[in-house]
Amino acid sequence: MKPAPFDYVRPGSLEEALQALAGHPEAKVLAGGQSLVPLLSMRLAAPAVLVDINELPDLDHVNVGADGVRVGALARHAQVLADADVARVQPLVTKALANVAHATIRNRGTTVGSLVHADAAAEMPMVLQLLGGSLDVVGPQGRRTIPVEELYVGPLESSLHHDEIAVEAFFPALAAGTGVAFEEIARRHGDYAMCGVAAVVTVDGERVVAAKAGYLSVSDIPAVVDLTEALDGEMTNASLARAADAALAVLEPETDIHATADYRAHLARVLTARVVSAAYQNAREEQQS
Amino acid sequence: MTTKMMGAKVQRVEDERLVRGTGRYVDDVALDALHTAVLRSPHAHARIVSIDVDAVLDVEGVHAVWTYDDLEGAMAEPLPLLIPHPTLTQGRTQYALAKDEVNYVGEAIAFVVADDRYIAEDALARIAVEFELLPAVVGVEAAREAANLVHDDVPGNVAARMEQSNGDAAAAIAAAPHTLSLDLKIERSACMPMEGRGTVARWDPDQNRLQVWTSTQTSTGVRAAVAAKLGLDLGQVDVITPDVGGGFGVKIVHPWPEELLVPLAAQKLGRAVKFTEDRREHFISSAHERAQVHHVEVGFDDEGRVLGLDVRFWHDHGAYTPYGLIVPIITSTQLLGPYKPGAYHVQFDSLYTNTVIVTPYRGAGRPQGCFVMERTMDAIAAELGKDRADVRAVNFIQPDEFPYDQGLIFQDGRELKYDSGDYPAMLDKIKELVDWDNFESFREAKAAEGKRVGLGLACYVEGTGVGPYEGAHVHIETSGKVKVATGLTSQGQGHQTAFAQIVADELGVRFEDVEITTGDTRRMAYAVGTFASRAAVMSGSAIHLAAKRAKEKALRIAADALEADIDDLEIVDGVVSVKGTDSSIPLGTIAVLSNPLRYAFDEASKAATQFNVGDPTKPPVAEDDEPGLEGKDFYSPPRSTFASGMHAVIVETDVETAEIRILKYAVVHDCGHLINPMIVEGQIHGGVAQGVGGALYERMAYDESGQLLNASFMDFLMPYVTEVPESIEIDHLETPSPLNPLGIKGAGEAGVIPGSAAFAAAIEDAERLTITAMPISPSELFALRAAQKESK
Ligand SMILES: Cc1cc2nc3c(=O)[nH]c(=O)nc-3n(C[C@H](O)[C@H](O)[C@H](O)COP(=O)(O)OP(=O)(O)OC[C@H]3O[C@@H](n4cnc5c(N)ncnc54)[C@H](O)[C@@H]3O)c2cc1C
Repeated sequence: MKPAPFDYVRPGSLEEALQALAGHPEAKVLAGGQSLVPLLSMRLAAPAVLVDINELPDLDHVNVGADGVRVGALARHAQVLADADVARVQPLVTKALANVAHATIRNRGTTVGSLVHADAAAEMPMVLQLLGGSLDVVGPQGRRTIPVEELYVGPLESSLHHDEIAVEAFFPALAAGTGVAFEEIARRHGDYAMCGVAAVVTVDGERVVAAKAGYLSVSDIPAVVDLTEALDGEMTNASLARAADAALAVLEPETDIHATADYRAHLARVLTARVVSAAYQNAREEQQS
Repeated sequence: MTTKMMGAKVQRVEDERLVRGTGRYVDDVALDALHTAVLRSPHAHARIVSIDVDAVLDVEGVHAVWTYDDLEGAMAEPLPLLIPHPTLTQGRTQYALAKDEVNYVGEAIAFVVADDRYIAEDALARIAVEFELLPAVVGVEAAREAANLVHDDVPGNVAARMEQSNGDAAAAIAAAPHTLSLDLKIERSACMPMEGRGTVARWDPDQNRLQVWTSTQTSTGVRAAVAAKLGLDLGQVDVITPDVGGGFGVKIVHPWPEELLVPLAAQKLGRAVKFTEDRREHFISSAHERAQVHHVEVGFDDEGRVLGLDVRFWHDHGAYTPYGLIVPIITSTQLLGPYKPGAYHVQFDSLYTNTVIVTPYRGAGRPQGCFVMERTMDAIAAELGKDRADVRAVNFIQPDEFPYDQGLIFQDGRELKYDSGDYPAMLDKIKELVDWDNFESFREAKAAEGKRVGLGLACYVEGTGVGPYEGAHVHIETSGKVKVATGLTSQGQGHQTAFAQIVADELGVRFEDVEITTGDTRRMAYAVGTFASRAAVMSGSAIHLAAKRAKEKALRIAADALEADIDDLEIVDGVVSVKGTDSSIPLGTIAVLSNPLRYAFDEASKAATQFNVGDPTKPPVAEDDEPGLEGKDFYSPPRSTFASGMHAVIVETDVETAEIRILKYAVVHDCGHLINPMIVEGQIHGGVAQGVGGALYERMAYDESGQLLNASFMDFLMPYVTEVPESIEIDHLETPSPLNPLGIKGAGEAGVIPGSAAFAAAIEDAERLTITAMPISPSELFALRAAQKESK
């Protein structure tokens, strides 16, 4: 479990980092290393060069504005999780992050790294997708914003070019009259979930005017399902059952050594009901406060 | 009198070192060593057509690459079959490096020595092996079907078939008023110590001797194996076991291929050489355990009393049998637990499969046996509509029936004769701990909240402290410090603490003045090893006896020096005094006197000059005496001691998601006299954690082709601290063993034994559906629920 040989650079500026990437078609960015280093050690990845971005200046920010949360490429999961302003402006980010791995891994792993890694079992890509956020990247052609709808193109595959570095993610703020909730079921505390669901529900009085849910580990790429139509404005056992049906029509749970496809589908159904109604409650409370 | 240390909750002296990260493990030794890597078979079953290592020779930093063809003499023979048995008619062991055929994914094929492990692994990638694939036999079912064979010359894949009986079980079952049959299954798991295997060797050409550091549970065993395989005299080989980061059984197996290849490389290359196993290697090339399939026929009366029990089971032995039949023999004998089964018959087949070898893992066949017996007890209770504890109670061996002979032969070849115990008292204690009698009202209260809970109970008896012997050497230095050596090894159990307590009590010295060394063949050349919950019983007793000898000598010399009668002497805090007077002499001074030298080196020597000992008309060292204040002795018991315990667990099974939560876990444990209750409780905590793992999380996920799909800690689910019960309620019972001077029994493995049995019972009780296989995951519980719904 030792990596194959690689060159290592630790540039002090974004320009140098971009040059290093451009110079080697087999180069890879190293951020917190919590996904990449295990792949290297098991020789499942063997990049010729590692471009360590940890010395780059001005990338460890978590900026919170009225429109949402901006997370720099070197902000660690732990830092984002602990930020009270994040929890206020977009509580779903905080709720989801609490379920990402364990404290030691959150201390090193970056939220942006997780977004680039594009794992459909990982919380943050799904949350970005559900919230309709975006990712800013810098490459030889300069800076561009990738809307999340264009970010996830395949299993463990994002639309970043090889010579680009992600610099900042944007999670839009919670809109008025909107509530969020998150729950996942994992084999052990901190593991990737067998199934997880996040929901964003907007209400007008008691009526549901919009509802969307995002799903973990039951699809190849981060999955979001619009449940507005299925709920048909109401929050009842019957409407929640319709919502789960609508979700399961889209999701593609698979069997692995931890859970059967049937069980994952069952969890998706149970969690849809739990999480959508929790988000509804949350929205109602928001509305009243 | 010094405060008695035996039975005191003394803080472990090893924790300072182990918890702060200053322990010294094999990988910390010989930082100048060359490193090694092993090419392992990617196939479960294949013939090796050719191996081409040419490309490796160009790699800079590579010192050697070996395949089977490079091995000579005894090294080219199969590895030893450590524990033969007359019924193991088809025993097979692997070669240090595969010869012609590989029989599991992970089997060693080639060995590379290089400047560092990175280069060694780069080199492995350049070795080209041509395989001819053979069909793989995976799992008990495929092995029994025997459509394919693991070893061409082993018909039916049967390594051994063994049978034992006590009475005529078939007749007893036929005549019984009630009968049941059950099919029960346990899956594969493994030890998973934090530190994997590891070996360092250094050949010293000046002294013509080999020094080996290895992460083992038996340094004397490794020493004998290395000497035999390398053609050295025993006296030329030292084996030293530094701190070991866990063993749990896997490190009693020896010699591992690397334990021979590393010393051989050190000798041939004239350099220190090191092997440090990585986690993936540990999964695919160290040992596994547990997989067995059982069929039970039982006959019983209206009270639930077992009249006849017939158990047939199939043991998945993996590809080879280096450790003999220990595991299935233990299952077949220890499944009887605290019960009198009426007539008993057991038969097992040990089956070859194309998977990693199977050797003892903490509990060693008992978790399976306990699962079988306790599932049977629960089934009897369900059939008769009786309380599950009552059914157990009518089957217990009673306190006045000890020693109780089960009429079978145990794994050590001795009678399965229980020395002592009090199972009815233990049942009372566990029922109280878990509030057994009020559980139904708890269940109703939970049901009112929409929650589903269940209670499970499991009882076991564990043969511990198996022979043949251990020894100890106690040396009182002129400083008064006491240096003790015993040959078995330590893997973090707290031997330095518990053994020092025994010495402090026996010698009357301060606990702090005692230093214990384990697992170093230079200090104690005769020893067996640390397994079978035997260290406290075996080495503890030997240390007690050796300390007694040192004490006898100290008192003899003191009586002479103080001109007093031996019976009037006492030792307190390392000072011998004549009771009720101020006439005294420190043990250190006695140590000086015990060695009639002419030279005074230090203050202790000078202090000794005031005393006059010995008879000037006789030789300074008497004919039957030795210089020095030492004691050496060995302890060898007639047979094992039998510890016992009962666990009860309350679980909640989530009505919607089928998640299984532990609400309460209670343990009553009897290991005779407790040396250190804190250490025993620590052992129980660790055992329970492993039991939770075995019951709810861990399994080796082999696919049909023999690939292990979860060979990492990401997918092999060991419980985190968040998965084990927040508190484990423990109560002790102390029924001393009559077989050793301290009245102790083993405690090391106990905690893990009843885990699967107790959880199965609790989940069954919560769900009202029958649990016949463990471990169980939420996904499987969900499937069982679905199947039950369908069948209704
Ligand atoms: C035991 C364990 C448990 C875990 N459990 C979870 C879990 O439950 N949920 C979860 O979501 N995650 C989990 N993780 C993963 C963790 O969240 C990682 O930190 C995260 O996936 C990647 O972030 P990183 O900074 O470590 O990225 P790295 O490992 O450094 O990189 C990951 C990938 O992204 C690329 N990359 C990273 N940053 C950039 C950038 N700025 N620009 C361009 N490319 C970039 C790298 O080249 C690489 O391909 C777990 C990890 C471990 C070790």
